Amino acid sequence: MTIDTPTGDTLENSGKRIVVDPVTRIEGHMRIEVNVDENNIIRNAVSTGTMWRGIEVILKNRDPRDAWAFTERICGVCTGTHALTSVRAVENALGITIPENANSIRNLMQLALLVHDHVVHFYHLHALDWVDVISSLSADPKATSALAQSVSDWPLSSPGYFKDVQARLRKFIESGQPGPFKNGYWGNASYKLPPEANLMVLTHYLEALDFQKEIVKIHSIFGGKNPHPNWLVGGVPCPINVDGTGGVGAINMERLNMVASVIDQLIEFNDKVYIRDIMAIGAFYKDWLYGGGLSGKNVLAYGDVPEHANDYSEANLKLPRGAIINGNLAEVHPVDHADPEQIQEFVTHSWYRYPDETKGLHPWDGVTEPHYELGPNAKGSKTNIEQLDENAKYSWIKAPRWRGHAMEVGPLARWVLGYAQNKAEFKEPVDKVLKDLGLPLSALFSTFGRTAARALESTWAGHQMRYFQNKLIASVRTGDSYTANVDKWKPETWPRMVKGVGFTEAPRGALAHWIKIKEGRIDNYQCVVPTTWNGSPRDPAGNIGAFEAALLDMPMSDPAQPLEILRTIHSFDPCLACSTHIMSPDGQERTRVQIR
Amino acid sequence: MATAETFYDVIRRQGITRRSFTKFCSLTAASLGFGPGAASAMAEALQTRERVPVIWMHGLECTCCSESFIRSAHPLVKDVVLSMISLDYDEMIMAAAGHQAEAILGETRAKYKGKYILAVEGNPPLNENGMYCIAGGRPFVEKLRWMAEDAMAVIAWGTCAASGCVQAAKPNPTRATPVDKVIHGKPIIKVPGCPPIAEVMTGVLTFIITFDKLPELDRQGRPKMFYSQRVHDKCYRRPHFDAGQFVEEWDDEGARKGYCLYKTGCKGPTTYNACSTVRWNGGVSFPIQSGHGCIGCSEEGFWDQGSFYDRLTNVEQFGIEANADKIGLTAAGVVGGAITAHAAATVIKRVTTKREKTEAQHGQETPR
Repeated sequence: MTIDTPTGDTLENSGKRIVVDPVTRIEGHMRIEVNVDENNIIRNAVSTGTMWRGIEVILKNRDPRDAWAFTERICGVCTGTHALTSVRAVENALGITIPENANSIRNLMQLALLVHDHVVHFYHLHALDWVDVISSLSADPKATSALAQSVSDWPLSSPGYFKDVQARLRKFIESGQPGPFKNGYWGNASYKLPPEANLMVLTHYLEALDFQKEIVKIHSIFGGKNPHPNWLVGGVPCPINVDGTGGVGAINMERLNMVASVIDQLIEFNDKVYIRDIMAIGAFYKDWLYGGGLSGKNVLAYGDVPEHANDYSEANLKLPRGAIINGNLAEVHPVDHADPEQIQEFVTHSWYRYPDETKGLHPWDGVTEPHYELGPNAKGSKTNIEQLDENAKYSWIKAPRWRGHAMEVGPLARWVLGYAQNKAEFKEPVDKVLKDLGLPLSALFSTFGRTAARALESTWAGHQMRYFQNKLIASVRTGDSYTANVDKWKPETWPRMVKGVGFTEAPRGALAHWIKIKEGRIDNYQCVVPTTWNGSPRDPAGNIGAFEAALLDMPMSDPAQPLEILRTIHSFDPCLACSTHIMSPDGQERTRVQIR
Repeated sequence: MATAETFYDVIRRQGITRRSFTKFCSLTAASLGFGPGAASAMAEALQTRERVPVIWMHGLECTCCSESFIRSAHPLVKDVVLSMISLDYDEMIMAAAGHQAEAILGETRAKYKGKYILAVEGNPPLNENGMYCIAGGRPFVEKLRWMAEDAMAVIAWGTCAASGCVQAAKPNPTRATPVDKVIHGKPIIKVPGCPPIAEVMTGVLTFIITFDKLPELDRQGRPKMFYSQRVHDKCYRRPHFDAGQFVEEWDDEGARKGYCLYKTGCKGPTTYNACSTVRWNGGVSFPIQSGHGCIGCSEEGFWDQGSFYDRLTNVEQFGIEANADKIGLTAAGVVGGAITAHAAATVIKRVTTKREKTEAQHGQETPR
């Protein structure tokens, strides 16, 4: 059967159905089903979020000042970005302003998270989609060294160094216990790197594993630990004391120096390793530009990283905000989180029930009632799914839409928006990557473009961190060590009923929380998260989500080995624990709890 | 296929001499109360045994445990994965997906029956027949039970697996259930924390491999070495508690001087964990050091104990040691009462020689 989508894609669900479940190297649980034609080209794609946790219903009736800790546990990977979104939502609802120092520290934490997440994502969750581990064993360490030195002056690049790493990898792989490398799709024709490049990037895989733990020390300094650092409504929990009695219990010169040292390290790693690896990979994959999906059509970003505290207007945000529709880069639409016509969630194809499922609901007025069922054409049973029926309900993810459009969010969306808005710090690096690789602008809208945008953003974020670190120090230098506003800390000072929204750009894309507070307690809490946008199922109008769109028309070299599916899905850095949620807006517990 | 790397190969590669290895075996055998001859048997075992296979599964969770694990500074996680254990299945980092990934489970069960560690992050939901967490088209809980059947031991990583954590907070809409409520007849080591400290995680794993036995557990099933003291006991701000010097509100003079955070809701006095000793992220800091109170994330049901900013209890007088202990004892008493029911299920078993034999309960190990 052939179906035309509103965005101009054609779905054809005859042909062989391929199921990938579990999709690994992601956060949470996910299933992908595709139909391939006789040439092994994907003609239909179905993406399913296969877990549901119910955080928002758990938040009901709790203290809004605690919400950051609950929502932070939505995701331990982008740990902290939900907490930041939450404290912003509560501050927005209650009219709480934060000190400038708190803004700088929050930006440092958010940007550190961005860099950490991108580095770990690329090397540990994504690189093996581009890099063949077994091929690296046949690399010549001298040639690997020559390659590494031709692309970067990173010091760890001698022939002896690569020889040692190769020997260790060989011993590991040939031990009969190859651990995480077992049953990989090694030797698949879709791997394009020569052995030397494979060895180089794999070596960096191991270096990045060592290095990533350094990046998060910024979170431990300001937030006490990572994952799941501590946050505070009204500012930040860490006081500053650089020149007084008892300064060892606060942010002092030693702590500031440690932050500065980590920033120096991450800038160097981004500049000399991460971006160079991306360019090296790009050079070998220039002919494999699949997976663009919605990125060349509909992209959305909320913006983040405020220059000054308490100003969330577009002009004050360092990451861009806006929406692009139908690929028209000449027009960037404004985005308003409070407008009930703009952001809506649909559940026609999600395992939830609405009073009227043809209509979407704005998060402040949403309804979530879990309702698990399989469609009439599904194969298997309710507890043994063999094949889903995408014409019915098929995912624990809702379908959010911006003015009715399915949107892609994430690093590529942000960079496309920065590009479209002619912001030099976004446009120039993109143009340089394309020029260096000899690729046209259209190549940006691809699986590789998504991966490259993330590396560019990591580099950008490192330099922003240095900026905010200097800004923090300059502020302290003037004698300002103010980090938390406690004027409205006590619930007695709050209005009886208020609502608010907080937004950020999580590593994976646009994230917002909507809150209603009634008599000091949470009356309603709703999160619409990046992977809900990207991993959304179909909506009543027939729009498909970003994951599904990106898989369409992509060839597979061997359908028994879903390497290309992983490569394209991983380029979004899916986060399934984030994407599945629930709310109950009217004060009633809507979840049906079965007693056995 | 080349020969498997043994524990002995690994430690030799790390520069340990043959002589040191023999000495290690003798000392370990003696310290464990083994008789003569045990040292050579142990040396033999370590020289021929393959790296311990670890199957790491994810239920309802946020992946913070895996993220914490990869932050381990000593040992580096790279060395854990390449040299110490054989991480044969871990959905977060494994190259394979779909049926190629699932195939590893069956192979491990068959090849390493009774010899692999099942590490569980997150927990199974039981509502909707388990379909709030679907794995390979089936309820996650089925996969969990199936892999537990032939495991040597189960490690319940983090508060999710140990006691439910955030998705099990009231009203627990998915009926998320701790691992020990669905797996029976296996030693279960609970390593709570949201997440646990990285070096505690690698410490538990390397303990099992290095000393060839499971760690001693407390009545709640947690390794005593990391969870037998309250955060408050070793908190560097403890003298301020004893002296009655408190942070009264965020960012006040007391906060800048590093006074005690008890009055802003710190749960250090009732939380059993190693945060104030091991600290986080290579020893850089821990929550109290950064100015926020402990939220008690390694304690059962910590989400439902009121706001994180509520004081533990209204103690009228501060400033003397007895009161600090009283607060701790009162809270510990409550926790103790709640866990009595499954305290009896807590057992310590030896891994190698007589794995099946229950040696003692309540963490009391009998020398033999």
